[in-house]
Amino acid sequence: MNRFTTFGLAAALSLGLLGSGANAADDAHGKLPTRQSWSFAGPFGKFDQAQLQRGFQVFREVCSTCHAARYLNFRDLSEEGGPGFSEAQVKALAAEYDIQDGPDDRGEMFKRPGRPADRFPWNYPNPEAAKATLGVVPPDLSLMAKARSYARGFPMILIDALAQYQEHGVDYVYALLNGYSDSKDANHNDYFPGGKIGMAKPLADNRVDYTDGSPKTTQQYAKDVSAFLMWLAEPKLEERKQTGFKAMVFLILFAGLMYLTKKKIWAAAH
Amino acid sequence: MSGPSTFVPKSALGRWFESRLPIGGLVHSSFIVYPTPRNLNYWWTFGAILSFMLGAQIITGVVLAMHYTPHVDHAFSSVEHIMRDVNWGWFIRYAHSNGASMFFVAVYIHMLRGLYYGSYKAPREVLWILGVIIYLLMMATGFMGYVLPWGQMSFWGATVITNLFSAIPLVGDSITTWLWGGYSVDNPTLNRFFSLHYLLPFMIAGVVILHVWALHVTGQNNPDGVEVKNVERDTLQFTPYATIKDSFAVVCFMIFYAWFIFYTPNILGDADNYIPANPLSTPAHIVPEWYYLPFYAILRAVPSKLGGVILMFGAIAILAFLPWLDTSRVRSAKYRPMYKVFFWAFVLACLGLGFLGSQPPEGGYTIAARLLTLYYFAFFIVIMPLLGLFETPKPMPATIADAVLGKGGSAAAKH
Repeated sequence: MNRFTTFGLAAALSLGLLGSGANAADDAHGKLPTRQSWSFAGPFGKFDQAQLQRGFQVFREVCSTCHAARYLNFRDLSEEGGPGFSEAQVKALAAEYDIQDGPDDRGEMFKRPGRPADRFPWNYPNPEAAKATLGVVPPDLSLMAKARSYARGFPMILIDALAQYQEHGVDYVYALLNGYSDSKDANHNDYFPGGKIGMAKPLADNRVDYTDGSPKTTQQYAKDVSAFLMWLAEPKLEERKQTGFKAMVFLILFAGLMYLTKKKIWAAAH
Repeated sequence: MSGPSTFVPKSALGRWFESRLPIGGLVHSSFIVYPTPRNLNYWWTFGAILSFMLGAQIITGVVLAMHYTPHVDHAFSSVEHIMRDVNWGWFIRYAHSNGASMFFVAVYIHMLRGLYYGSYKAPREVLWILGVIIYLLMMATGFMGYVLPWGQMSFWGATVITNLFSAIPLVGDSITTWLWGGYSVDNPTLNRFFSLHYLLPFMIAGVVILHVWALHVTGQNNPDGVEVKNVERDTLQFTPYATIKDSFAVVCFMIFYAWFIFYTPNILGDADNYIPANPLSTPAHIVPEWYYLPFYAILRAVPSKLGGVILMFGAIAILAFLPWLDTSRVRSAKYRPMYKVFFWAFVLACLGLGFLGSQPPEGGYTIAARLLTLYYFAFFIVIMPLLGLFETPKPMPATIADAVLGKGGSAAAKH
């Protein structure tokens, strides 16, 4: 038997058949998002504070009417690596909300003004109430930018790991927010699996009143709120990448010294 | 190597202690003067890399357990608490979750190195089988660890995998109920998986000690597969030679590991696991972690559930019989021209199965998975036994020293 037959067979099967599968997935998953450029991408990526502040405004005025973000605390908004609000701003913002607290010493629940340590409250007291009003429970947005993705398939996943492309989730969110292409059907979305999404087109030009002169367009809103959702999903992203650079410099120098030591020690052995 | 140590401590206190508990002699003979073949290449550093990974996983895991809550209502939130509020929590958690992948990267390279250079052959059968047991324990540990964050893929992965046991005739359903601690994957399941996930790494550490012990009795195999004949000429002391080489390799591996922790921490995971577990909503595709994908492909290649389960576990169990399936008298693939080709075809088949495991089991994918499964088993059951009879090995160097210094065998000249 020709020993290369088996080799060739295995190679053909493992590599040649790669193409056929991608198409089947497309119909169910909708259109593939296009890659966007983000300030937080790459090894030295950082959030754009102004963008996060605008994104928070969109989130607060549009998204949070229906969606919860249960891992968002007011205090997070003034933490390093985030939107960069001042502590005073966060205190004032929190105080605008009435937060349920209790029970007090008479066993009664009561409302009080919010504090920075409070969670960002949801418009609904519980998921059941949201469902009764909206028909479905809108998904929590805390991790949305990491909880969605789209398949790039093998071997693109390896190339992505090497090129540090990992903004699949946030690209998907951005594409989705811009994916309402049918003016007659507010629930049609090009990027949502099946093409029909429960959330009717949430953004429209001029819906949110930006004060920093940024364009008041759906695209800009989508971009800003997607960036905000990325920060919300990964608030330690900047710290992680900055620590990574220090760790890499250290490890590479350390490896260099190790190599020289190894070479010196082994010189005697040959 | 084996036998009583000749180590004599310098201080009087040391000698007093040594005559009561000879731990100094154990360390001295195992990690200082232990002779290592002088022709070892960098594929032999993965033992040290794996020891580092086991240590890293245990340390990060112990810290994570201090902040994690194994309860269906709190597990997901406690992981987010670690990511957001615990000092350096994001680092510890990403180091642990990516550490699992790094552990498997290293173990697959370690195993393939053994397969390529015939490290499982006599007298290293027990050493190899202990390695297979470690691998099995690693798979169990990794699987249970993946359940703990209690995301969608945690829950549905656990449901699919535990359901496999229900394929066992007669007692299958009882076993599954017993594993779950109820009638579905639920809080008791999460609790016991947490307990076992904490226990198994220490069992791994125990078997690793046996693995290293067995290694130090037989001595290491080497790229030329010829036994040590003259300790003086053929070997180098473990310290400093292997110590510094292993350390260098570990640091290089740490760079690779750090890349994932700091720059692409979620690329090896599934986005669905950032959605809290929901027993009422099944994800479109239930896919295990990448390191199980070849076996998942084998499982789904078989039309019968029981058959699939048997083949999947058989694919791992067959490794334990390798020392007796390989009939060749030559160890190293360096001197086995035909085996070398079948070996690389086997590596490609495993990669192909890994890819197929990540795809839906339909159409051309299923056919490809069946063919590759056939090759996977044929490699062990047909090719290995027959090859030893039909293959003509290349001329080999008489000793390790000859291989290194370029005397003797023709193949050794280019080393």
